[in-house]
Amino acid sequence: MASLKYESQVRPPLVEGTKDYHQITEDIVRPIERNPSTLWWIGFLLAVSLLCFGIVSIYEVVVYGIGRWNINKTIGWGWDITNFVWWIGIGHAGTLISAILLLFRQGWRTGVNRAAEAMTIFAVMCAGQFPIWHMGRVWLGFFVLPYPNTRGALWPNFNSALLWDVFAISTYFTVSLLFWYSGLIPDLATIRDRARLKWRKFMYGTLSFGWTGSTKHWQRHEALSLVLAGLSTPLVLSVHTIVSFDFATSVIPGWHTTIFPPYFVAGAIFSGFAMVQSLLVITRKVLHLEEYITVEHIDVMNKVIVLTGSIVGCAYLTELFVAWYSQNRFESWAFFHNRLDLSSPLGWSYYIMMSCNVLSPQIFWFRKLRRNITITFFMSVIVNIGMWFERFVIIVTSVYRDFLPSSWSTYYTPSIWELGFYLGTFGLFFTCYFLFSKFFPVIAVAEIKHILKKSGKYYKEKMGPEEKESVEEFAHEFSHAH
Amino acid sequence: MAVKKFVVGCFEEEAVLFSAVKKVRSSGYKIHDVYTPMAIHGLDRALGLRDTSLHTAGFIYGLTGTATALCGIGWVFTSDWPLNFGGKPHLALPAWIPITFELTVLFSSIGMFLTFCYLCQLAPFAKKHHFNLRSTDDLFVMVIECTPKTNEAETMAFLQGIGAKEVNVQAAETGWWLGRYDKDKKPFEHKEIALR
Repeated sequence: MASLKYESQVRPPLVEGTKDYHQITEDIVRPIERNPSTLWWIGFLLAVSLLCFGIVSIYEVVVYGIGRWNINKTIGWGWDITNFVWWIGIGHAGTLISAILLLFRQGWRTGVNRAAEAMTIFAVMCAGQFPIWHMGRVWLGFFVLPYPNTRGALWPNFNSALLWDVFAISTYFTVSLLFWYSGLIPDLATIRDRARLKWRKFMYGTLSFGWTGSTKHWQRHEALSLVLAGLSTPLVLSVHTIVSFDFATSVIPGWHTTIFPPYFVAGAIFSGFAMVQSLLVITRKVLHLEEYITVEHIDVMNKVIVLTGSIVGCAYLTELFVAWYSQNRFESWAFFHNRLDLSSPLGWSYYIMMSCNVLSPQIFWFRKLRRNITITFFMSVIVNIGMWFERFVIIVTSVYRDFLPSSWSTYYTPSIWELGFYLGTFGLFFTCYFLFSKFFPVIAVAEIKHILKKSGKYYKEKMGPEEKESVEEFAHEFSHAH
Repeated sequence: MAVKKFVVGCFEEEAVLFSAVKKVRSSGYKIHDVYTPMAIHGLDRALGLRDTSLHTAGFIYGLTGTATALCGIGWVFTSDWPLNFGGKPHLALPAWIPITFELTVLFSSIGMFLTFCYLCQLAPFAKKHHFNLRSTDDLFVMVIECTPKTNEAETMAFLQGIGAKEVNVQAAETGWWLGRYDKDKKPFEHKEIALR
């Protein structure tokens, strides 16, 4: 077993401090067992009030129709599809952390995966609101589902990118939920077995499905996690690819480009990691989890942000090049007049997008800035603003001045109900996140125990003398030996 | 439902547990199960458990999803209600790839999750016997099933001798929720592996 416990001298441990298994349970489960703090109540009530605003906005739209949104003929999608793509993109980081990093055997994912997966599920829930309420007659929403019906065998169009989206997003939500919940079961059992209060015992007993921790169950659990990770990896790539098909299969200048799928996926991971940073920087502070979500985790995630931000930057430049190289008049108009020209009505949005997404993340080439919590938080907000504007630029600037000048709408501003709906999804997201951080372990308890090595109490006590020596000592001895 | 007796030994360290498992098995005791707070790689082999077939089940569910999507869309667009999209072929396979892929993943995931719950007998309101509540926190709990030949005191002393910190005897009812343990034949006893 000693060989399993070997830890690199060069890499810092994933969990800081001297901990044994019980201490880990204590640290992570204690916030759930305590009464919520005043700060939690303030945040939660704020989120709920935003959610109420959202509900009122939806009421307006359902009762009076989607004319309540300022989307006229040319800008048929306005804010709501921008927000949809923005939210769905945010969700992608959770799956990337939980699935792709599991396949790549990245140990650091265990500190952040549970919260990131929760974020994915809540973000997809928020994203789903937009196409649902945009239907107008939402009570007929089930028409999009293919089932034998009495409307003269009327089937949805399986060749349409919009129907692919229905399948992609509902599959994505279901699979993410199963993946998240199957991981939660052992941790919920841990809370159940510690519970003193009757209601808590009942609640976590029900939620943990009677998990015992049997070896055979763990073996199946590991197999399930691995296969779900293997399925989620192509799934997450397919979801944003299909979202980009909503645009790329059309014939609108600025939309029908083949670069869209990889460009959208990179952008999704970029914005998702930024949202993970925003949430975790606060969560680790409030719940005192600095030893589990370490500066090392933040550093690594900032590296992902600078990488994906640069990929997105390359995509922007490629788009511009192709718009020029194609010598297509409509394509040039969309890019060089509607977007690049600062004096055009919405030209400013392109520059916000460029500076937030491409230029500002470049500060993360510096290790010192990557490890600075304040800068990380600030940058994560900037990146999410930038990514929102990316979708706004793609959607609005491509259509507000289209082929027919008589139908141009010179300036597009959202109505109060569009704004309210967007804020409402923030309310939904944060209400869910606050409830999650109160009632569920924000860190995967069993998985953290699994990766506990150098920082583990037993390891430190039994560590061989050769493993205690520093890199310098080792190098010194090594040079003398030769 | 039969009530059976079990000798329970609790270990604090993984390394001790591994050697204890080997000693217990080679001394001829019947290990009912080992309950651990996290997955421990290699413990299933040490116990002689066979590998799970959950992957295979997932593959079959996935194929079912693929077949459902292709047959469903194919039937709708070629026979039930063929639509003419600008003279393009009715059997437009490339356009069906996204939905086929999504249904493959969907069927496979849901099927595997339900199979996992069924095999492990996990469900809301499932009542199970927990030998030690700390087995989901920081203890590795080894449970040995008593046969008519077992001397409980001797077994307890043996467990203490190989490193168990806490030892006791418990009676537990084996019911539906202890499913496979109700049978006398253990799934791992007819495989002689990992006893090296």
